[in-house]
Amino acid sequence: MKQFAYARPADREEAVAMVSGSPGARYLAGGTNLVDLMRLGVAGPDLLVDVSALLPSGVQEQPDRGLLIGAGTPNSDLAADERIRRDHPVLSQALLAGASGQLRNMATVGGNLLQRTRCVYFTDVTKPCNKREAGSGCPARTGAHRDLAVLGASEACIATHPSDMAVALAALDARVHVSGSDGDRVLALDDFYRLPGEDPSRDTTLKHGDLVTAVEIPLASALTRRSAYRKARDRASYAFALGSVAVALEVSGTTVRDVRIAFGSLAHRPWRARTAEDALRGAPATADAFSAAVEVELGAAAPLPDNAFKVPLARNLAVSVLSALLEEAPR
Amino acid sequence: MTATTDAPTRTGTHPRVEGLDKVTGRARYAYEYAADEVAYAWPVTASVGAGEVRGVDVDGALAQPGVLAVLWHGNAPSLADVGDSKVAVLQSPVVAFRGQVVALVVASTSEQAREVATTLTVTYDSREPDVVLRADHPTLYRPESVNGGYSTDSVIGDAVAEFDACPVQVDATYTTPPEHNHPMEPHASTAVWGDGRLTVYDSSQGGNAVRSTLSTLFGIDRELVRVVTSHVGGGFGSKGMPRAGVVLAVMAARQVDRPVKVALTRQHLFDLVGYRTPTIQRVRLGADPDGRLRSIDHQALEQTATVEEFAEQSVAATRVMYAAAHRRTAHRLVRLDVAVPSWMRAPGETPGMYALESAMDELAVATGVDPVELRIRNDPDVDPETGARFSSRNLVACLTLGAQRFGWAGRDPEPGVRREGRWLVGTGMASSTYPTYATAASCRAGVDPDGGYDIAINATDIGTGARTAMLLVAADTLGVDPSQVRVRVGDTDLPQAGLAGGSMGTTSWGMAVEKACRELLEAVRAAGGVVDERIEVAVDTKAEIAAQAELSRHAFGAQFVEARVDIDTGEVRAPRMVGMFAAGRIVNARTARSQLIGGMTMGLSMALHEEGVPDAAFGGFTNHDLSTYHVATVADVGDIDVGWIDEVDDDVNTIGTKGIGEIGIVGTAAAVANAVYHATGVRVRDLPITLDKTGQLA
Repeated sequence: MKQFAYARPADREEAVAMVSGSPGARYLAGGTNLVDLMRLGVAGPDLLVDVSALLPSGVQEQPDRGLLIGAGTPNSDLAADERIRRDHPVLSQALLAGASGQLRNMATVGGNLLQRTRCVYFTDVTKPCNKREAGSGCPARTGAHRDLAVLGASEACIATHPSDMAVALAALDARVHVSGSDGDRVLALDDFYRLPGEDPSRDTTLKHGDLVTAVEIPLASALTRRSAYRKARDRASYAFALGSVAVALEVSGTTVRDVRIAFGSLAHRPWRARTAEDALRGAPATADAFSAAVEVELGAAAPLPDNAFKVPLARNLAVSVLSALLEEAPR
Repeated sequence: MTATTDAPTRTGTHPRVEGLDKVTGRARYAYEYAADEVAYAWPVTASVGAGEVRGVDVDGALAQPGVLAVLWHGNAPSLADVGDSKVAVLQSPVVAFRGQVVALVVASTSEQAREVATTLTVTYDSREPDVVLRADHPTLYRPESVNGGYSTDSVIGDAVAEFDACPVQVDATYTTPPEHNHPMEPHASTAVWGDGRLTVYDSSQGGNAVRSTLSTLFGIDRELVRVVTSHVGGGFGSKGMPRAGVVLAVMAARQVDRPVKVALTRQHLFDLVGYRTPTIQRVRLGADPDGRLRSIDHQALEQTATVEEFAEQSVAATRVMYAAAHRRTAHRLVRLDVAVPSWMRAPGETPGMYALESAMDELAVATGVDPVELRIRNDPDVDPETGARFSSRNLVACLTLGAQRFGWAGRDPEPGVRREGRWLVGTGMASSTYPTYATAASCRAGVDPDGGYDIAINATDIGTGARTAMLLVAADTLGVDPSQVRVRVGDTDLPQAGLAGGSMGTTSWGMAVEKACRELLEAVRAAGGVVDERIEVAVDTKAEIAAQAELSRHAFGAQFVEARVDIDTGEVRAPRMVGMFAAGRIVNARTARSQLIGGMTMGLSMALHEEGVPDAAFGGFTNHDLSTYHVATVADVGDIDVGWIDEVDDDVNTIGTKGIGEIGIVGTAAAVANAVYHATGVRVRDLPITLDKTGQLA
């Protein structure tokens, strides 16, 4: 394993300064993804700045502004939080659908947002990958792509983002708090992730040295309280999604009053299905309407031979969860 | 969760004798033995799919901190040729497959060795690899024989002509992917040279083969080599013979004149320790309308490496399963630029019985005969190919009792019609079989004046409970309480015995233990029944093995599965499985139950999850870890209920055991696939049965 330095700065400012000032430095929190990538040679930092002790941990209620989740909060703690389970069940369910109990105990909210794709070419340094090594090529299009992107991909990259949690956060309109060398800022999750385009090396819009300090989710509502996450994968537990969906639904009589739909494992980022949402708001709350709206959203899909199944899978996931939420909705 | 039948007379039940050592960390595994001045070696593996190594930057690597040696074929010591490419490491420039060992870095710490190994500059002449098995491959050939010494082809009558004449025909092709062994403990070795002697602590299924191979490779007298295998964390066939890791450890230790440890990583295991060949199998069954088979035709296409032939005996089980006058079975291979396939979890029976038992289900559908009844109707009285008598054959009892236990009676054969909520529900079954092997073994048994008995035999306990089984065989023969007997295994200093493989450990070792204990009792009787001083006997079973009559020796079983398929996602679950086995005498009910449940779990895993994915562009496999090579998790395993019949077989061998290590896996995948068909109406003929294949994602 490559030699590297390890530092535990006293506070956030010092941490940001250390990483900002050193191109080879990386933040370390739970380490559940970074350490694996270091073992594989995919990541080779020369300085690890351990922020696990100084990132805020826990869920804080902010009057009139919703919940502020410390970036150092273990995934398992967040999943178990009573307010999350009651008011934002989609988030708790998404967290519990991810990884294993042991990993969720170690993994932090900030690290979960920033985990890298599990594309088999990205994790194998003996093969080309544009995300790992710009310009080296993407063998996935003609190779192993069964679990890769069907939406928003580019010629350069068809990687998917592996997080379950981020899909729920996308549906909840979460915002990400970031500390950088220029100070603090808050980004909508939509502006946090990006599509690969011609530069797949970057998963997010963050600059080197930016530190995720918290995630904010807006005030709970009737919509967020009736929300759910469903994930389909190659085994019952401990596998990344082949497709997943985070959904929230509010109905008024027989009409959709408001709805949120976000897909996981279809793209380089959580895929907020705004086209489908717009089509459904005010539409009849029926399985047929759900299906039609989602079909329009997925009309943009450009699948490859081995991942074409993801399109009907995503549709079925969304329709099944919307229908289940509808059944339990008060009229 | 599970239940077993009432324990028959000679079945004991005893916890693992080393259980406490294992759960408290006292049990030492190969990598954990301390040695002074130990160094660490890290294999460098080929990053091209095929070609030749041109050069290695040895000087650059030696300049790195802690590096003691860098070996490659250009400077590695010559090894004697033992005709096994897997241990002929660093002997040739040829890169036969991606992931092959091309160099070795030895350093003072594991971290140094690993860092230098992963950054070592190796130059190659490479060519495009050919790694994909396909039915129309132009270089398919007929191997001389297949693994286990079985004949490549077997032809009785005219299977094709008879098939053409049959009123009911099933003609289907089934495929299985490469499957990897992945024991919990990856392969590891600690090699120590001293005073001209070599001691190796090795993670192996059999130390004697390791000793023989090392002694020949390195030209050292057998008696000067000791291989210790006290505790081994699983093998599944991949540790059945010595492999690259142990040879590299010994080579490096000699080179740097220090003890050396080598531990393979999970990534290495995909390429360096064997795997199951993918198979393409065509099965043709011709039958009368009542389901009676007239013709059985089963051909398997498999792959092997360019540097070595391994031909899995995939259709061997078809030769013993069912009666039919006309039969043809055959194996064909293609040499590809792939790692050498090898023994993996019931080699032969596992993929072959997936195909045969799926085809039998298709025949049941075609004839309208119940799948259990169909198998009973075709059960032969004698071995259908050799005409030999079965030492015992209780497939029908397994089918009948298993069906009762599962609640098979009254099953509606109509597929795709049962719904519970969002699940389609179905049931399926399949037969199991595994041959009973035995090899000669030697054993020492002694008794001391304090009344303590001790047994010494170089058996290997790879986590199966072998120590405990030998303890119970000894106590049963001696007529004493197990607490009076001590068993030593896992060391070539002990009397020689064969490997833990082929489901023959308990039989082969047990025959020797039983004989030693009998002779010890006679020696005690001859001494007047008084033990004033230690009495010891040493035996071997060469005569017993040589004297075995020409019989057909096989264990049998029947498996039943309930499968559920999600109508939204196509995901498959198997909430309930029943296995009923007839495997001769069961020595230890407690560990036997675990082994059978484990076998069925592996079968479930094969059915739904396991898939090595060849990398057509770069060679090797695209998946290289357990997050991309899925095995069943606890959440995938439902209620597994295993039982066995009290099969007394005095003819099979001198202790009446048939072996239970592998039969649990055989047939499970077919039972799952058949249940998925019953649930959905979709016949999946291509493992694993992933959600995209179950017909729900239109």
